[in-house]
Amino acid sequence: MGSPRLSGWGRVSEPGRELLGEDLEALTRGAALSRGLGRSYGDSSLPAAATDRVIGTRLANRILSFDEATGVLRAEAGLSLAELNRALLSRGWFTPVTPGTKFVTLGGMVASDVHGKNHHREGCFGAHVRSLRLRLASDDIVVASPERDPDLFYGSIGGMGLLGHILEVEVQLHRAACPWIWMESERVHDITEFMAALDRAAASWPMTMGWIDCLSEGPALGRGISMVGRWATPDEAGQRALPGERTATLPFDLPNWALNRLSARVFNEVYFHRHPRTRQCQVVSPDTFFYPLDAVLEWNRAYGSRGFTQYQCVLPRAAGAAAVREFMSRLARLGCASPLCVIKDCGPEGRGTLSFPLEGTSIAVDMAVTPDIQRIVDDLNEFVIAAQGRIYLTKDRFTRAEHFSAMEPRLPAFMAARDRWDPERRLRSAQSRRLFGDRP
Amino acid sequence: MKAVILGGTSGMGRALVQRLSERGDQLFLLGRDPEQLARSAADARARHPRSLEVGHAACDLERPEQFASALDAAEGGLQGFDTVIVSAGVFATQEQLEADVALAQQLVTVNYAHTLIFCEHARKRLLARGGGTLVVFSSVAGDRGRKPVAIYGSSKAGLSAYLEALDHKFFAQGLTVIDVKPGFVKTSMTAGLRPPPFAGEPDGVAKDVIRAIEGQRPVVYTPAVWALVMFIIRRLPRFVMRRIGF
Repeated sequence: MGSPRLSGWGRVSEPGRELLGEDLEALTRGAALSRGLGRSYGDSSLPAAATDRVIGTRLANRILSFDEATGVLRAEAGLSLAELNRALLSRGWFTPVTPGTKFVTLGGMVASDVHGKNHHREGCFGAHVRSLRLRLASDDIVVASPERDPDLFYGSIGGMGLLGHILEVEVQLHRAACPWIWMESERVHDITEFMAALDRAAASWPMTMGWIDCLSEGPALGRGISMVGRWATPDEAGQRALPGERTATLPFDLPNWALNRLSARVFNEVYFHRHPRTRQCQVVSPDTFFYPLDAVLEWNRAYGSRGFTQYQCVLPRAAGAAAVREFMSRLARLGCASPLCVIKDCGPEGRGTLSFPLEGTSIAVDMAVTPDIQRIVDDLNEFVIAAQGRIYLTKDRFTRAEHFSAMEPRLPAFMAARDRWDPERRLRSAQSRRLFGDRP
Repeated sequence: MKAVILGGTSGMGRALVQRLSERGDQLFLLGRDPEQLARSAADARARHPRSLEVGHAACDLERPEQFASALDAAEGGLQGFDTVIVSAGVFATQEQLEADVALAQQLVTVNYAHTLIFCEHARKRLLARGGGTLVVFSSVAGDRGRKPVAIYGSSKAGLSAYLEALDHKFFAQGLTVIDVKPGFVKTSMTAGLRPPPFAGEPDGVAKDVIRAIEGQRPVVYTPAVWALVMFIIRRLPRFVMRRIGF
């Protein structure tokens, strides 16, 4: 065994190790970074230097208070969404915003300011956070809120854990009168139709998203399946109980060649045609609707030992459907073979200083780490900069510092908050080293 | 179920408290640190389907004189209990224990002698009510004398022998004794150590323990693969054990 390494969900590692513990107050003193369940794809949760103290928060998972009358929850930062759903969904409460996996912690959801299928209605997770208890770089502990130290509060929302270690989160949960989802889905035959379908759906559905066959070209460019949903009514769902925890685990790495252009093409073809021609309406569990990939634990091993990344960007509405079409044809041309490509229309930008979404269309696509990956990411980034869009730090591993600052007009405001709260840059990650020039 | 838990504020005990509470069981927490007890009691209450109040009382495994009064408090809080769970214990590496005799004495006293005394108090109360369930965390380290856990393992071996005998002696009187043998589990107790293959998570252990309570199984290895690992280790000849570092 060599020296220990740490990796994110994309399995590209950096030297370092995480220190797990329940007492975040004690552990975060003098630490460089906190990480939750390590679900960010790239290097957001990895140390800038092998000797940096990186705290794993997932054992600090207690609910500190929950008011069943108002739905306000306060909990330690390591509480996972999986646990929260387990404890509260059957009692009629759900997170206001959920990402595509439940294996994330509250602290991670704040640091990434996660968004979900309801972004066009509810914005990001951070919009529902009432206060944060933070350990600052100075080692002081403070409670930040929109009223108290707003630059610290909003800087921490989507701030990748760089302004303070998140110790506790207070968030407003939503009522889910019935714990089932009414879902409708249909085939969509090209990207123009897709954009129109998402647009139409946003007006009447609280949750929308789509899967795109990103290997389709020509007239079928951007074909896929659009999905919409809302909480079901008790009449629709009937009296059935939620299914128990059932998961499979991918027990080993698939070989690096397993996911290639051909196998991805076959997968996409089957996935597209498996969906009936007509619009489908069904009642499904929240796990099926929100977290289809969580059914297979460690699915990230499907990309093999080389690891993978996700390219997620948002193109502003002003850039129009033409920009989305051009982006999709670039993806197809670059030959990024992946069965996983997701499209979602985003609502207005939130208040998190570096929060990802802006009004427009978000596209996320998984890519294996091949020798070409840097060139592919550079190419896509140049397009995104020209379209005045931006990328999602939580997924990123390969963006160049100059590209990021070109696409992020809010970066100076974030750096000003860092200057105020952490002038010595004690809080840092491999990502902040790469993108913000923190010392190694 | 009405359960008293000693050691439910951290590690595997915490995960067990969380899952039991979510199931709707009625709990009473015993532990050393009042602040941690209060936080865990709030957590258990928030997770309970009917937001049941969770009581707690101080009980330190290093202080056997507290055991009776702590169990009295639990009996008062729960109006009688049918299950007692002991997940508290001390861990130190073999190097630390060899270097520090006082630490070794403390560890074997807490893990073996005091835990046994606590169980004596608990099983008498359970038997007085016609039986119940006693769940105690020992360790796979007690299954065989092994180099890296010579002292810690022996404290757990003694505990396991006692638990087995309790089962033999009182099973007919309605007492179910469950010996939980965790393998390596990623908790703050093992935070400094490098996890071996098949390292478990506290929540997985909690699920296994609940299944064992439901099935009234007297011994539970968790993660389950450790049953196989220890089956083999117990059968290795001495000359092999002398050579390997496991």
